[in-house]
Amino acid sequence: MYTQLFRGTGALVKLLFRQQRFKIIIWLIAIVVITLSAASAYPTMYQDEQSRQAFALTMENPAMQAMLGPGYELTSYLNSVGTLFAHEMLLFSAVAVAIMSILLLGRSTRADEEDGRTEIIRALSVGQLSYLSASIIVVVVTNLLLAILVGFGLLTLGIEGVDLEGSMMYGAILGMTGLVFGSITALFAQVVETSRGTSSLAFAILIISYLVRAIGDVENDTMSLFSPLGWGVHAKVFMENDWWMIILPILVSLFLLGVTFYLNAIRDVGAGFIPTRKGKKHASAFLKTSFGFVVRQQQVMIISWIIGLFLLGASFGAILGDLETYFADIEFMQAFIVNESGNSMTEQFITLLMAIMSLIGTIPAVMVVLKLKGEENKNRTEHFYSRAVSRTKLMSSYFLLGIIVTVIMQLAVAFGLWLVGMTVMEDALGFGTTFTSAFAYLPAMWVVVGLTVLLVGAIPRLTGFAWGYVVFCFVVLYLSGILDFPEWVNNFSVFEHIPQIPVEDFSIATTTSLIILSMLVTLVGYIGYNKRDITG
Amino acid sequence: MKMLETNNLSKRFGKFTALDGINLEVSEGEVFGFIGPNGAGKSTTIRILLGILKATSGDAKMFGKDAWSDAVDIHKRIAYVPGDVNLWPNLTGGEVIDLFTTLRGAKITEKREQLIERFDLDPRKKCRAYSKGNRQKVALVSAFSSDADLFILDEPTSGLDPLMEQVFQECVLEAKLAGKSVLLSSHILSEVEKLCDRVGIIRQGKIIESGSLTELRHLTRTNLLVETKERLSDLEDFKGVYDVVEKEEAVTFQVDTEELDHVIRHISKFGILKLESAPPTLEDLFMRHYEKKVENA
Ligand SMILES: Nc1ncnc2c1ncn2[C@@H]1O[C@H](COP(=O)(O)OP(=O)(O)OP(=O)(O)O)[C@@H](O)[C@H]1O
Ligand SMILES: [Mg+2]
Repeated sequence: MYTQLFRGTGALVKLLFRQQRFKIIIWLIAIVVITLSAASAYPTMYQDEQSRQAFALTMENPAMQAMLGPGYELTSYLNSVGTLFAHEMLLFSAVAVAIMSILLLGRSTRADEEDGRTEIIRALSVGQLSYLSASIIVVVVTNLLLAILVGFGLLTLGIEGVDLEGSMMYGAILGMTGLVFGSITALFAQVVETSRGTSSLAFAILIISYLVRAIGDVENDTMSLFSPLGWGVHAKVFMENDWWMIILPILVSLFLLGVTFYLNAIRDVGAGFIPTRKGKKHASAFLKTSFGFVVRQQQVMIISWIIGLFLLGASFGAILGDLETYFADIEFMQAFIVNESGNSMTEQFITLLMAIMSLIGTIPAVMVVLKLKGEENKNRTEHFYSRAVSRTKLMSSYFLLGIIVTVIMQLAVAFGLWLVGMTVMEDALGFGTTFTSAFAYLPAMWVVVGLTVLLVGAIPRLTGFAWGYVVFCFVVLYLSGILDFPEWVNNFSVFEHIPQIPVEDFSIATTTSLIILSMLVTLVGYIGYNKRDITG
Repeated sequence: MKMLETNNLSKRFGKFTALDGINLEVSEGEVFGFIGPNGAGKSTTIRILLGILKATSGDAKMFGKDAWSDAVDIHKRIAYVPGDVNLWPNLTGGEVIDLFTTLRGAKITEKREQLIERFDLDPRKKCRAYSKGNRQKVALVSAFSSDADLFILDEPTSGLDPLMEQVFQECVLEAKLAGKSVLLSSHILSEVEKLCDRVGIIRQGKIIESGSLTELRHLTRTNLLVETKERLSDLEDFKGVYDVVEKEEAVTFQVDTEELDHVIRHISKFGILKLESAPPTLEDLFMRHYEKKVENA
């Protein structure tokens, strides 16, 4: 009976690996290369005690703990460079691994089912649970591979304080985070009927995990342990090496996967557990316009992102109060971080925060525009183009919505930050400053939206490059200090050109040139789109 | 007036030539059947006519306008039904029909309700819950409730049950009565035979035959069954005679329509006792053209 359920799993594992090999290879290479090159930069950056003490001081403040995790005791930083590296890199690497697992598993479970591929396979002499098992095996193997590569890679670098146990643990934390989020995605894939719904829910859990951990790390460590992202940063890798934080995710994953298999076994192919209700007999006036249609198709996604970004902004706003007291308490901090322009530490922190938030807010805008390509892949744009709708008109609906989304996302972040910041701070953030520093990033976001239009319009085979560019901008923002990229590489990221308000002044020249650039790339996209074949 | 016209239309996908000099014409009030084996280029031709694909060379015109550059204008006067109807899982059938109508730039009429009834469609169901046939009905209701002048139908009935197939044929005939034109691509030959005035056969990107059904029949073979007093001889040696099978008393064979006169004169010498002839079906015509592919290869 049991062998019947899993028949053909081996062959399916091979099939899925073939389908996803490029994605898997690129993710693995990216994560391993970035981790190892960052790690090898630390010993030279923090050679003496003084620089490590400065690091400890910067990291000790609540804002940094919220962003990167609780960190270590000062003595740990002095005794091992590994701890500095882990504190700065571990959490965001774990988030990257989680995203990888969500995308891989969302693809091979719900998306394949939605497109009818699962049905064809199930009609062959293949067990009922084989496709699901194969998808899970692929993600497990990928994460194991990642853990091993990162673990042994770190060990071979021979960095002070990066011993065998610590390296293995660092790799294991990344791999196990991937496993947990993979299992969460697999579970959602059983419950929700669409692949978008599946990955959106999984991403929502990822954001919530981050927030719970952020607040927990500042307010209460126990709370942090309710978040899968909290486990890794509390393992004290390279010092105490708490292996329970590895065993815990394994147990949780096993439990989640058990439930997943059970649900998969009792449901029908193509179905979910949330039943479909009867709907309207007629379309509303809004839905009947192409813009209204585009909004309607994506509104759930957009609203979820608005809530997510508002909460992110609000969480950091909540920390601002602690941050303020912290800076006030330690007066000699001011001596360390040179501050010519007279900006408060809080303001400096806000500039960094805004840069990161703007990049995150770009993601839903890119998703909105890429949806046009998704519709084409599903042969649904032909419904528009066989009727009296021009290509320019339909593309404009997606483009316009993308632009609107960037504005809404910045509003959500700034509003969350300002509103909560106001209640917890004595010397509250200026309303104007907060919103200007958020809106200053809009031109850069528009360039990325324009780039996506260009890809969809002119080079539709390479639409994945839009994500590549977002990741690149993120790497430049996050790692340029550590990895010391040449200036011209940094310049490729449009986000690097944005003046960091309130620390820097608003610049009309940069803003105008970025807006012109965004219009140019968008225009090329439009021209290409009006010339090319539509595949469906 | 020509509703639709292509002139030496060619389309290449990279190195592969999907269409190679297609000439087609559909006149006003005419139902044109477009048939050919899988991968022959029917859908590609239709997509060029719809301005979704761009022709590599040659031109495609509808209502005298260019199919690519005047697409939006042209589409106000046409209705299209694809063979594979992919719809949005979160919208209901009713919402999709309304959306399609307004996208054509038209108003919703009471014909919509009548057709929903005739095709027995539940417009309040979400599209994810529709079967293939039901998704096709959504597209058909939206097409036939419009007042388009030209209907472009690409295998529109591949998922319909016989009862609904009947309703579909009625709809096409009503459109024809109202003076509309139809381009119907189909693999169901009985449907083409019943509905179409003229037929074009496409194979490997080339039109290999086109004309009215009677004209095309002329090019085909007639099935004969004869019983004679004396035993028939020499039949195989005749030009244009195929598949001779001797049964107890009778002989059955096929004759090229051009050679019919010749052959009958020959047979009559043997004293005819019984003669049955059956007209060629479209099936015969079709098979003959499809088989050539094998011979050529
Ligand atoms: N985008 C494309 N790229 C490459 N080749 C294509 C593309 N679209 C169609 N073709 C090829 O062009 C040929 C004609 O395809 P088309 O879809 O027009 O056939 P068809 O006559 O509609 O067949 P069917 O009866 O199966 O629907 C096929 O060989 C197909 O593989
Ligand atoms: Mg076709």
